[in-house]
Amino acid sequence: MSCTQTILDYGLRAIGYGERLLPRSDFTLCQQFTLIGSGMIWNIYFGLFALMFGFCFAVALAMGKDSPRVLLRKPSEWFIFIFRGSPLFIQFFFGYFVFLSLKPIHPMFESLSAAWLGALIVLFCNTSAYSAEIFYGALKSIPKGDTEAADAYGMSGWPRFKRIVFPTMLRLAWPAYTNEAIFLFHSTTLIFFTGFPARQQRGDALYYASYFADKTFNPFVPYPILAMYFILVTLLIIGVFGIANKRLNRHLPSQARPKLRLRPQIIR
Amino acid sequence: MACYLTTGKHMSLYWSVGTVLLLLAITAPAALMFGFGGAAAARSSFTPLRWFGKTYMALIRGVPDIAFFLFFVIALDQGFEWARHQVLCPDWTDAIRQGNDFVVCAEAKLPQGNAPQWVHEVYGFFVAVLTFAIVFGAFAGNVLFGAMRAVPAAQLETAAAYGMSKRQTFWRILVPQMWVFALPGLSNLWMVLIKATPLLFLLGVEDIVYWARELGGTKNPRFTDYPHGDWRMWYFLALLVFYLAFTKVSEVVLDRVMARLTHGQATAAGEAQRKAT
Repeated sequence: MSCTQTILDYGLRAIGYGERLLPRSDFTLCQQFTLIGSGMIWNIYFGLFALMFGFCFAVALAMGKDSPRVLLRKPSEWFIFIFRGSPLFIQFFFGYFVFLSLKPIHPMFESLSAAWLGALIVLFCNTSAYSAEIFYGALKSIPKGDTEAADAYGMSGWPRFKRIVFPTMLRLAWPAYTNEAIFLFHSTTLIFFTGFPARQQRGDALYYASYFADKTFNPFVPYPILAMYFILVTLLIIGVFGIANKRLNRHLPSQARPKLRLRPQIIR
Repeated sequence: MACYLTTGKHMSLYWSVGTVLLLLAITAPAALMFGFGGAAAARSSFTPLRWFGKTYMALIRGVPDIAFFLFFVIALDQGFEWARHQVLCPDWTDAIRQGNDFVVCAEAKLPQGNAPQWVHEVYGFFVAVLTFAIVFGAFAGNVLFGAMRAVPAAQLETAAAYGMSKRQTFWRILVPQMWVFALPGLSNLWMVLIKATPLLFLLGVEDIVYWARELGGTKNPRFTDYPHGDWRMWYFLALLVFYLAFTKVSEVVLDRVMARLTHGQATAAGEAQRKAT
């Protein structure tokens, strides 16, 4: 079987198109590359959507934690504490079983126990909490002069937030937020190793990598392939966030711009 | 209820908490050692060694760690068996990799096929610890590398001016001073290590996640060993609370240690402490 045929057969296997049966023996390099790459669709899906929705919620959470009102502050603090203080691995398990027990109550909760929605919700909460902490830290380090200037101009409420607080906060938080994005993508690999089932063997990249490793009993091929894909994704994220960083800091003299640096934050 | 919570299987659940704590107790110093080695290698003046140290830290940080956990368990196991195979059966002629199989001679099997159960468990635990130490060693190495660079260069220059050799400078000047700079990073790493312990489950060790799944679940939908339905949710809630409490306690303790260490140091935090009193 030629390689293009394999790509046609298995390229979209992870989302259920193409050949139904996974290869069972005589694994070629091409098959491993294709299937693991097709699993990356899920990793990118989870990462991208959790990041997008999480961003909005994280800003709200950070503002809540900074709020002088107890009713807003306490829930945000607890939310952040719970999701940052416990392992993501356990959160996935817990989330899955909660969704599973919700299932009989109402057909509305039917799709929650499937990975595409349930895991996304857990991941969304998790990344919101982590990013909220980053944004909160940035919020605390906004130069006092900036907000004083806003007060002096008579800005308050929404315009003050939109034009002064939010851009400065984003600018200060951006390097740390880039790391958060990278590690969010890394943590998407946990999903199919927790409670969430991979129906009809539609799994993510690590799922297929470990499938090959189990079948061939040779970890030295599939995992490096997986590593290569993830390094590519990481480079892509650094590139995109770097462009955003440049735009956020475009008003500063070029020496004063903070450089993006990859710092470890690792598993959650 | 109290009777139910003290059944034999629940006792194994409580024991597995001990397993987790034991893992933390062994892994933390081991990872620190790996990290120290990595950081020292990355600073070495011998180029290949420096490359080795830098690649080790960069590679493990760039790839999802769970992939490494899955990878190292098989790779280490096969590595050990391969090494023993080379030593114990030199006159073995067949290839070790036969298609999809990994075949070594019977004497080289680890653990031995006829070994008692506890040997298997201890061996599995040992591989898990080694895996954790390798992965977290890279992160610790990164922290220590940064801390070594944070030690004021003037200190090292002074040492050189006094005629100390490179080795003496490293051990007598650099290493004693770097810990203050490394502590915030290391305490962060400790928190991460705590949160990584449930991954033990993936390495095939019967840890708390395993028992929570086992005990909370029902054997099959209709007949069950346990006097309850699907309780996995509550078991995992208990685990969640356990981890939350654990991280909170460590946070408090580490804050105290940090306050102790910064006392009298010429850093911003030390200065703030001085002003406060």
